[in-house]
Amino acid sequence: MRKCSRCSKPATLHITELKEGDVHALHLCEACAQEYLSNVEVGQESEDPEDLFQQQIESSIEDLEDVDQLSCPDCGITFKEFRSQGRLGCPQCYLAFENELMPLLENIHGETQHTGKLPKRAPEASRRQYELIKLRNRLRTAVESESYEEAAQLRDEIQKMETAFSEEPDK
Amino acid sequence: MDLNGLAQTSGEWLRGTGPESDIVISSRIRLARNLAQFPFLSRADDAGRAEIESLLREPISSLPVDGELTYFSVNNLDALDRQFLVERQLISREHAEMHGSRGVGIGAEENVSLMINEEDHLRLQVLRSGFALDECWAEINSIDDALEEHVTFAFSEQLGFLTACPTNVGTGIRVSVMLHLPALALTKEIQKVFQAMQKMRLAVRGLYGEGSQAMGDFYQFSNQVTLGPSEQEIIDKLKEVVDGIIKYERRVRDELVVKNRQRLHDQVSRAYGILRSAQTITSEETMHLLSSVRMGINLGLVDGLEIPTTNELFIQTQPAHLQKLRDEHLESAERNVARATYIRQRLGSSNHEHN
Repeated sequence: MRKCSRCSKPATLHITELKEGDVHALHLCEACAQEYLSNVEVGQESEDPEDLFQQQIESSIEDLEDVDQLSCPDCGITFKEFRSQGRLGCPQCYLAFENELMPLLENIHGETQHTGKLPKRAPEASRRQYELIKLRNRLRTAVESESYEEAAQLRDEIQKMETAFSEEPDK
Repeated sequence: MDLNGLAQTSGEWLRGTGPESDIVISSRIRLARNLAQFPFLSRADDAGRAEIESLLREPISSLPVDGELTYFSVNNLDALDRQFLVERQLISREHAEMHGSRGVGIGAEENVSLMINEEDHLRLQVLRSGFALDECWAEINSIDDALEEHVTFAFSEQLGFLTACPTNVGTGIRVSVMLHLPALALTKEIQKVFQAMQKMRLAVRGLYGEGSQAMGDFYQFSNQVTLGPSEQEIIDKLKEVVDGIIKYERRVRDELVVKNRQRLHDQVSRAYGILRSAQTITSEETMHLLSSVRMGINLGLVDGLEIPTTNELFIQTQPAHLQKLRDEHLESAERNVARATYIRQRLGSSNHEHN
């Protein structure tokens, strides 16, 4: 049996820690593990969402000084102002700062395509487009989790939708 | 709706009923929406804010939700009333402290709160006692649909609903569940939960949201990702995770009872004893002790006290509630005395014994 790396008792807990890409394996007895875990910076104690957000903006943009000068033609807010207050000025800002915001959104959410609720007034064509995006996402998850039966079903559904679209005469 | 009358009750979210309500205090979903034709609030001047408020106030007040919806102009409320609404989780701390025209529509059962001019033009919120996210979603979704009949929200096909802060864009949804986790906190197992949440991009917060301490062993778990997955996928993920945490808390409670029954019984009894006899007590100590007692009731270690009573005490011992119940302005030290008196009364200890 392995010994605790901090005292001589037998190690009962094996912790693998990932820090900036490095892997550390720790073997600890129960008492040392308790102490270790209660000293690790976690949860709301360590991360202030505002700080994290600032870091994400800074790390996702290369030439920050040039970018700071950009401004939104609709509301006039500059990218620098957005950066300091963390709030955009108007819906149009998402277009005006598109190149800068996309990597940030990718960073925060891991995705850059909405697949949730659509406003009721959205046109029929975009509704169907959404259905397809959703199905493709589900297919990806199904393949990743090796649920092949579900994946096959989803693939059929996607193909059916795609053919239905292409066969429909243009209006 | 009369704010002074509300102080007598616990409000929906502390009612102490609903699925898994020994651990799950409440479920909540909020949606962030903005009017397409106005700048976000950081670029709106006083006139702009007033215009947005008057435009949204009408459709909000006529919504077909749980009976009557009462509208409050938050900028016309005094600081105590605003703090009171924050304590009841009917408005956010931010909304209470900002300036300019703003308001909130509150449903009769306090299940629904619709904030105008918070960080976004509109923040819809639906609350339920216990673990009831599907019910929350059904209701908030239909409120959102009903509002869309009257107004056009800022929306892009790629990015979904557009919000003032990019961290909310897409669905604009925040799904949160408030859990009471005294056993995980006591054994420090909660640290492992924090670590797991971070990896899954879920946030853990204290009782009153961002930056607040986990007072009374209350923890709010919520999604951080709002763009990409659908609302239902976000809800399902949180449900799955919370299910796991509930089981974890139960397991640790059971172990504690088996292994450390005497120590636990002692701790719970002492907490109960202090609450019944203290002459002055801070809000923080109250929360801490009530948390012990609440767990004690769930584990059968306390007789003659019900969960809803502890839930009511959690909220009624908060500063604004206490002042409303006493109907007078109290400084911090006076509140500590008033709080102790109130708790002694509610827990049925005879006063003459201590005076």
